Amino acid sequence: MILKPRKDDFQIIAYYLGKVILGLGLTMFLPLVLALILKERAPALDFLLSLEITLIIGLLLERFFQTDKSLNWMQGMIVVSLSWLAAMFLGAIPLYLSGHWASYLDACFDSMSGFATTGLTLVQNLDHLSYSHNLWRHLIMFIGGQGIVIVALSLFVKGFTGGFTMYVGEARDERIEPNIVHTSQFIWLVSIVYLILGTLALGLTGLWNGMSAFNSFFHGACVFMAAFDTGGFAPQSQNILYYHSLPYEVITVVIMILGAINFKLHYHLWMGNLKEIFRNIETRTFFATIMLTFLITAFGLYQIGAYPKVMLLFRKGFYQLISGHTGTGFQTIYARQFVTDWNDLALVGVICAMALGGAACSTTGAIKMIRIGIIYKALVQDIKKIILPERTIVIQKFHHIKEVILEDKQVRPALIITLGYLILYGLGTIVGMFYGYPFLHSLFESTSAAANVGLSCGVTDVAMPSVLKVTYIIQMWAGRLEFMSVLTLFGFVYAAFKGK
Amino acid sequence: MRFTRGAMLSGIVFWAVNSFAETVSSTELINKAKDYDGKTVVYQGEVIGEVMARGEYAWVNLNDGKNALGIWIRKDLVGQIANTGSYKVIGDTVEVTGVFHRSCLAHGGDLDIHAESLRLIENGNRVRQHLSSRRLKLAFGLGLTLIILWISKILIKPRKQK
Repeated sequence: MILKPRKDDFQIIAYYLGKVILGLGLTMFLPLVLALILKERAPALDFLLSLEITLIIGLLLERFFQTDKSLNWMQGMIVVSLSWLAAMFLGAIPLYLSGHWASYLDACFDSMSGFATTGLTLVQNLDHLSYSHNLWRHLIMFIGGQGIVIVALSLFVKGFTGGFTMYVGEARDERIEPNIVHTSQFIWLVSIVYLILGTLALGLTGLWNGMSAFNSFFHGACVFMAAFDTGGFAPQSQNILYYHSLPYEVITVVIMILGAINFKLHYHLWMGNLKEIFRNIETRTFFATIMLTFLITAFGLYQIGAYPKVMLLFRKGFYQLISGHTGTGFQTIYARQFVTDWNDLALVGVICAMALGGAACSTTGAIKMIRIGIIYKALVQDIKKIILPERTIVIQKFHHIKEVILEDKQVRPALIITLGYLILYGLGTIVGMFYGYPFLHSLFESTSAAANVGLSCGVTDVAMPSVLKVTYIIQMWAGRLEFMSVLTLFGFVYAAFKGK
Repeated sequence: MRFTRGAMLSGIVFWAVNSFAETVSSTELINKAKDYDGKTVVYQGEVIGEVMARGEYAWVNLNDGKNALGIWIRKDLVGQIANTGSYKVIGDTVEVTGVFHRSCLAHGGDLDIHAESLRLIENGNRVRQHLSSRRLKLAFGLGLTLIILWISKILIKPRKQK
């Protein structure tokens, strides 16, 4: 029997949702302040309006659904999934008001793309977008990369309870420190330290590239946020191609890889445990899958002679591949070049890389390395069981911070989530094909959306059907949250109507 | 003598291309890159971002309304560019003539144009910022609502739940 949700459930969910919205509203102060400093008057008004609307909604929810009860698992999951939807709708307001998005749906698309650290975009005339709107586009990636709910509740709201539920709901299931607030503070510490170093490195490179001082460091900060949070937005329409710079590409590759590494691994590296990087199942799997997918892509590109020099192959082939594998979506080629200059084999290599993703408890989306590693180990174990005598007890181990004995309780969720992603990639592909896009193009774009990558082969466009835009929004949302909280929300809505 | 004749010939070809060739759009160049690879093309667009000087040369990114393409050009030719496109500025519209590369060997495989000439078509200008009076009124109204809500939050304490 399905139980109808209680009044209490709605009250607690609405109250915590209000708190998250309040936190989100406060983040809008940053672009507002920048707009005022740079005398961008119309954008300042856009952000003032958005901030007011967001804070009013947050205050109303908090006021009318006041409660001092803590969240349980189900409520926590629903708060997470609703918070991401609320963030999309509210974060889209300043974008839409700027006039650079053709419709509110397009602004919502970019807002979800930003928060989910995807990077697909429907912005028009990006080269004339204000600095403050550009800051907002990149800031939402930074916020989304850390986890909207965790950011809002741990940094802006006192009396933060039920944290671990929402930490898990935002697709993070590993505690770095015993306390969840300390864990999220460590994630922030890592991010801020790298933000300073990354901005400095990119800023100085920008100066060396011939950019003005302000633009160098503004672009540096934006590109860092998009790279470390494996987002993929950039301040100019040509994305990373705008800079025409090898050092810029090298630095962004380093930042993308740092963003794709498990925060728990960062913690151990920071503590001086450098050996962990060579022993960890995630980094080993990551290295192996990069090599394998690059081999496929490089062979495809070699077949058609797209890039006759090794250097070119690395700057174009490897860059797009690593950008796809880390889930970032930076491009140094035009979207249509995937179709016009690359062959199917090269595309398949990038699609595989996108589908696999980076490490768990990082800012990447997709299946993730730990699951691929576990499934591989389970497969090896099963093959050994078949080959070796029946009486042999086969014990399979893997190293993830410590030695772990492989058990079914690890394999089962890994397989379920992997299956979930494969279904999600497939569904988006079918919708794309329904609207007449070729199979491989539909698969490429669908995988990019669901795996929160952001590489595009040209399907994502202002003119694409609204249903496809909504499909990609749902894919980005479900893919970022790894299904659990989204499915809980669907179950909750179903129970509200059909429960007794 | 041979050099002078060669230079004259290439000058004539360049002049002919410059005078009679039609401008090619960025979409055409990207979609049919193989056809245009290594050929001299004429491309027109707004200068966006910044002119990035690199030694004797500079990168200029030109947007024709659909895409922006990178133009590699001698630094002395970019002196005509006074405005580059950004939020507050509409950049100068210029026309460049140069060799198109689908995958430039000198620039890491970039799709670019190595320009031999640059012609200013239209001067850019500063954009006047317009503030909507409707939005201003709305912001004022929402601001008042927000203040009232905030004060009520401070003054009216919620009832303790059992």
